Amino acid sequence: MTVIAVVGTGLAGIRAAETLRAEGHDGRLIFIGEEPGRPYDRPPLSKQVLLGETADLALLDERGEAELAAEWRTGTRVTAFDPHNRTVRLGDGDRLNVDGLVIATGVRPRTLSCDLPESGVHTLRTLADATALRDDLAGGGRIAVVGGGFIGCEVASAARSLGHDVTVVEAGDTPLRAALGEPAARLLARRHIDSGVHLVTGAGVHAVTGGRRVTGLVLADGRVLPADTVVVGIGAAPDLTWLAGSGVACADGVLTDQWGRTNVPGVVAAGDVAAYACRTGRKRVEHWTNARDMPVVAARALLADLRGEDTTALPVHDPLPYIWSDQYGSRLQFAGRPGPGDRFTVVEGEPDGPFVAVYEHSGLVTAVLGVDSPRSFTRLRAGLRRTWAS
Amino acid sequence: MIELCPLGDLVAGTVTRVAPPGLPAALALVRIGDRVFCIDDTCSHETASLSDGWLAGYQIECPLHESRFDLRTGAPDCPPARRPVRVYDVVVVNGMVCVEAEGTA
Ligand SMILES: Cc1cc2nc3c(=O)[nH]c(=O)nc-3n(C[C@H](O)[C@H](O)[C@H](O)COP(=O)(O)OP(=O)(O)OC[C@H]3O[C@@H](n4cnc5c(N)ncnc54)[C@H](O)[C@@H]3O)c2cc1C
Ligand code: FES
Repeated sequence: MTVIAVVGTGLAGIRAAETLRAEGHDGRLIFIGEEPGRPYDRPPLSKQVLLGETADLALLDERGEAELAAEWRTGTRVTAFDPHNRTVRLGDGDRLNVDGLVIATGVRPRTLSCDLPESGVHTLRTLADATALRDDLAGGGRIAVVGGGFIGCEVASAARSLGHDVTVVEAGDTPLRAALGEPAARLLARRHIDSGVHLVTGAGVHAVTGGRRVTGLVLADGRVLPADTVVVGIGAAPDLTWLAGSGVACADGVLTDQWGRTNVPGVVAAGDVAAYACRTGRKRVEHWTNARDMPVVAARALLADLRGEDTTALPVHDPLPYIWSDQYGSRLQFAGRPGPGDRFTVVEGEPDGPFVAVYEHSGLVTAVLGVDSPRSFTRLRAGLRRTWAS
Repeated sequence: MIELCPLGDLVAGTVTRVAPPGLPAALALVRIGDRVFCIDDTCSHETASLSDGWLAGYQIECPLHESRFDLRTGAPDCPPARRPVRVYDVVVVNGMVCVEAEGTA
């Protein structure tokens, strides 16, 4: 009987497992996940969960779980993989023999490298992180958000709508610049200020002050920013320590081909952890739709490999990138992969209300940004998909 | 039976949103050949309006998170939506598109 282990019970792990079953894997399916409890979805953590709104977080309902017929080893970490004996070692000392392995271990948030007080400094990745942050926010006071990426912006927005005094500290010129480019980021930065959030840019964090509990930040230019709660949103990276010595090639993520296959036969990776080969070289994408779609491709390739079939006839993972974010009561949607010098033009609406903008290079649309304009965004994205596919 | 709109208002290849007073929620109408399909306009995942979405064959893709709903069954093809949207039986009476007030899930 074929045994397949899926490491990581996030979206990518669940999608891989569902695909394995749907495509006929009738052997053992073992889930190993470090987080306790049932699989849940992350996007609501920085939105509804912080606001105390109800959100359906479950990635699997009872029926879905029964259909998977999987063995669950949750609250357990995988500590090593031996490709020669094909065993995975678990944190509790157990060893499992496997034929196939799906690596879906996601990423871990980075934190500040300076000394940190025991309490009041948060990162946000897990449900436990989100509830801890929500409890701290309930105490009120001044909130400092370090890092103006999507998660930082969403946390700032949530904290502000709870009525708190919020400051975003961004090391670059403007929040979201890396993701959306300078002109778009500039337009959107106004929304922080219009919502009453203080925005400090070009400022790194030198130190975090406080004894047991945080009292504030000292910025690189010497400025002192008092804070009762600090949220650090400065990016994330995969934790690949358990793959050391396994022979699975890793760099900034687990390296895969267009089908999610690693260099070790019978081992695939998908989701935030995977750095996959694509038309523009190599990409590691930390967005939801990538974690939904890549595991489907990877699970099919894994089954083909295990059955000795030709994988290269299968569809590759090469999607048009798509991101959404909810901030300050607005919905942002972004699709495409613009270059640094692309022309940015607002084609509909006004920058302080709903608007749609396109990025262009040599007269070709390379990306689309929509704010509260789902209908126009959808139409432009459809055009972009056609160009992407051709 | 609730009247929604004249059949002539439905343009092939587009989704039309109607919000009839007798029904609690807005509906999305699609005409394909001689048939008219009617489903709830609000996505079963969050609050997107499916009539803002993309129509391909018998599927409407939600404009927000891309779950695709089958016009015939209301079922989504992939997450994040997991529940179907309601599907309504459509009849055309004297050129008017009508539905029964109670859809089927
Ligand atoms: C707060 C927040 C908000 C977000 N909002 C959006 C959004 O609005 N739009 C968007 O497009 N994307 C958003 N994302 C990103 C999206 O949620 C991720 O891309 C997606 O969750 C990635 O799924 P994954 O399965 O690859 O990884 P994960 O969900 O991180 O799952 C990996 C799992 O593997 C476990 N694991 C790690 N190492 C081991 C090990 N050695 N042994 C066992 N288990 C292990 C981890 O504990 C984790 O449970 C958001 C993310 C966060 C954190
Ligand atoms: S609102 Fe439709 S899929 Fe999320």
